[in-house]
Amino acid sequence: MTNKVLVYVDHFKGEALPASWEAIGAARKIAESLGSGVTAVIVGKDVQPLAKQAIEYGADDAVVAESPALAEFQPEPYADVLSKAAAEADVLLLPTSGRTRELAAMVAVDLETGMAPDVIEIEVEGGLVLATRPIYAGKLLSKVVIKERKPQILTTRSRAFPKPEPDASRSGEVTNLEFELGDVPTEVLGYKEAAGGVSLTDAAVIVSGGRGVSNNPSLTPPDEITDEKEQEIWRAQQGFGLVGDLAGVLNAAMGASRAAVDAGYIPYVNQVGQTGKVVSPDLYIANGISGAIQHLAGMRTSKTIVAVNKDPEAPIFKLARFGVVGDLFDVVPALTAAFKERLGK
Amino acid sequence: MNIVVCVKQTPDTAATVTVEDGKISWGDAPLVLNPWDEFAVEEALRLKEAHGGEVTAISLGPEDAKEALKQSLAMGCENAILVSDPSFAGLDSLQVSKVLAAAIEKVGEVDLVFFGRSSVDTDSGITGSQVARRLGWPALSLVAVINSLDPESKQLEVERMLDEGRQQVKASFPAVISVVKEINEPRYPSFMGIRKASKAEIPIWSAAELTLEGDLESALTWPDVYAIPKVETECEFVEGETPEEIAAKLVDRLIEEKVV
Repeated sequence: MTNKVLVYVDHFKGEALPASWEAIGAARKIAESLGSGVTAVIVGKDVQPLAKQAIEYGADDAVVAESPALAEFQPEPYADVLSKAAAEADVLLLPTSGRTRELAAMVAVDLETGMAPDVIEIEVEGGLVLATRPIYAGKLLSKVVIKERKPQILTTRSRAFPKPEPDASRSGEVTNLEFELGDVPTEVLGYKEAAGGVSLTDAAVIVSGGRGVSNNPSLTPPDEITDEKEQEIWRAQQGFGLVGDLAGVLNAAMGASRAAVDAGYIPYVNQVGQTGKVVSPDLYIANGISGAIQHLAGMRTSKTIVAVNKDPEAPIFKLARFGVVGDLFDVVPALTAAFKERLGK
Repeated sequence: MNIVVCVKQTPDTAATVTVEDGKISWGDAPLVLNPWDEFAVEEALRLKEAHGGEVTAISLGPEDAKEALKQSLAMGCENAILVSDPSFAGLDSLQVSKVLAAAIEKVGEVDLVFFGRSSVDTDSGITGSQVARRLGWPALSLVAVINSLDPESKQLEVERMLDEGRQQVKASFPAVISVVKEINEPRYPSFMGIRKASKAEIPIWSAAELTLEGDLESALTWPDVYAIPKVETECEFVEGETPEEIAAKLVDRLIEEKVV
């Protein structure tokens, strides 16, 4: 291996995350400053096609570690392989995901080096990567440098770096990494509740609902629901139905405030905020969300924020580019219809 | 079962966090048990209640950082240990994981170690994985449910929250588990628990009492920290006679501004 800048291509069962290509774009910039090339590292089973893709997206060459034993992502064997591949590198970039956060952390231990997750900006100063990452759920930004240790390991946050245009004419060498696996201490039995729809962290558009979605007094729950709490949840589900319709038209992910999640209206996977997901879509539409500081921390870097709320004093309007003071039960269906018409759906 | 839960003291999430002279300040906001760690403490207590044994809360921090440990005791942990030494100040996760792994080894014969998914201050979420790697134990991160656990055969099955769905994983003890919010509903400390915690003498383990290999030099340096630049947005309120009129205007504006 010749290149000093490595990118780990994160994938789920052979399908790469878009953020993997964003990481290759970020790595190219670092490599140019360091006068190096970029090598993509791909680990798994039947993952050769990813090597070609990585080169099309900007890697100069690729190293592939394949084995039937690597069919399922398990952090320990993947870390064994990646630590071997990255032992001589100066920089190792990974796109941020639930897998890579752990993988990168373990490689950092193996190679006794530093690791900074969720990086949103990268510069090169004096031959070292100077990264910026949010802390305190994005209330503050921190610069980070990994000094005197190699490789400098960073995970890039989804959508923080532009995705390069693939170029099918690019070619590069693909080599197979030789490796031995240690004992694998876990066994993957399977998957359930596969997440449907658009993932929050990858979404270009997010439509969110808050506590306000249960607040439609004109709805009457069916007679068989007698419990007050269940009636409230039933109302909220009707409200989230409207939010979901709008999300559907915009091919958007569904988000929610902590208040809505805690009240049992919608699963935790949808929570945006300090104790949920931190997102930065191009468009964020907040419906019935007043804008608690913890929620704002999770979505404030969205490019354009639209807020719909009955209360004109709601803090969410301080962050919003466009605001509608009104009842979401009137406004959201009207928005859905208007987008349908204008976007020709 | 012998269970350790690693906890951290953080500012309350409602705090307004600012930077003054390069130092992070959260004003008068209280220091609390890191909210994610409450789920870790709760799950450790539930396992103890189901299978017997005891729970030891461990926290690494300065000498006055006992709030997280007191809250853990008040919730029902049997023991609390503060790992504290001047040489531990400002360590990065590479070194924090080394110190915590040494502390866990000093506790001895530990079956399970629990972590919250991350801390609400540094937002890294990597310490648990690094401790597991150092101990050579399986890392079960982002666990949403423990489906089964058998203290006899030392086997457990969990479901991990990945972006693509819930991954079902089988492993054996000892293991390191980090938990997500969906795993449980943390209990409030009881009055008796709070009283007990307020009287508790919390032992301090210093560097000299741990077997630490290699140096304690952080790999990371943080040359600058600053508040997120204030974005001056003037909210443009869209008005109209009917919801349809408002919606049409808003969609027009979003298309004009090339947002959609």
